[in-house]
Amino acid sequence: MRQTDRPLSPHLSVYRWPVTMALSILHRATGLANAVGLFVLAAWLTQAASGPEAYECLVGLLGSVPGLMILAGFSFSFFYHLCNGVRHLVWDSGRGFEKHQANASAWIAIVVAVLLTVLFWGAIL
Amino acid sequence: MSLRSPLSRVLGLGSAKAGTEHWWAQRVSAVALLLLGGWFAIALTQLSPGSHADVIGFIAAPVNAVLLILLSATLAYHSYLGVQVVIEDYLHTHGIKVLALMLSRFAHVLVAVASVYAILRIGITAGIAA
Repeated sequence: MRQTDRPLSPHLSVYRWPVTMALSILHRATGLANAVGLFVLAAWLTQAASGPEAYECLVGLLGSVPGLMILAGFSFSFFYHLCNGVRHLVWDSGRGFEKHQANASAWIAIVVAVLLTVLFWGAIL
Repeated sequence: MSLRSPLSRVLGLGSAKAGTEHWWAQRVSAVALLLLGGWFAIALTQLSPGSHADVIGFIAAPVNAVLLILLSATLAYHSYLGVQVVIEDYLHTHGIKVLALMLSRFAHVLVAVASVYAILRIGITAGIAA
């Protein structure tokens, strides 16, 4: 029995990406990014505890243009994972599995995540 | 006729040794983070992150310190659970998988302990000074 030529599933390179698939992958990617962001949060706390000079050093790093861009990325990653996480919790309750519902909740999650990121930075800057 | 041994039935374990515990712990910590993370995001907007005195004042306030400790610990826990699944999904060589899981656990415990220590130190130092 030859098995090698059969198409595999999921075959990422031949699928047209539905929004739900893109968001599912993004959920895992942002989860990993948040794990890295956790170290930035710990650095913020430990540098604050280490005194004004150490804290200034971190603020200089994170307050620079590349630093702020990275923080913006982490904030979006956080808000996206939060919004899509709520979507997962709704699914866990057994609701929202119909195709049109999953597509609608996908767009809601992504729009709310972008909105929260913009609002957050609007309030901070 | 069941092929399960009496011992396995008593322990309530399937072939995977653990079933819903991981999944449930991930959900419980997710709901906690929804609340704690929401609070933290809002709190950050009320803060001048560039000012050391301002940040210390925020962290040292008892309610904030307690919530920050809960946030740090829950974040590290939820993050560990998630990274564990990613490692188990993509690393198939047994030795590398075990090593990665161990390193991930070390890193998450480190980050949690460092955060909690920093928060306690700020809170207690401010308490003594007051």
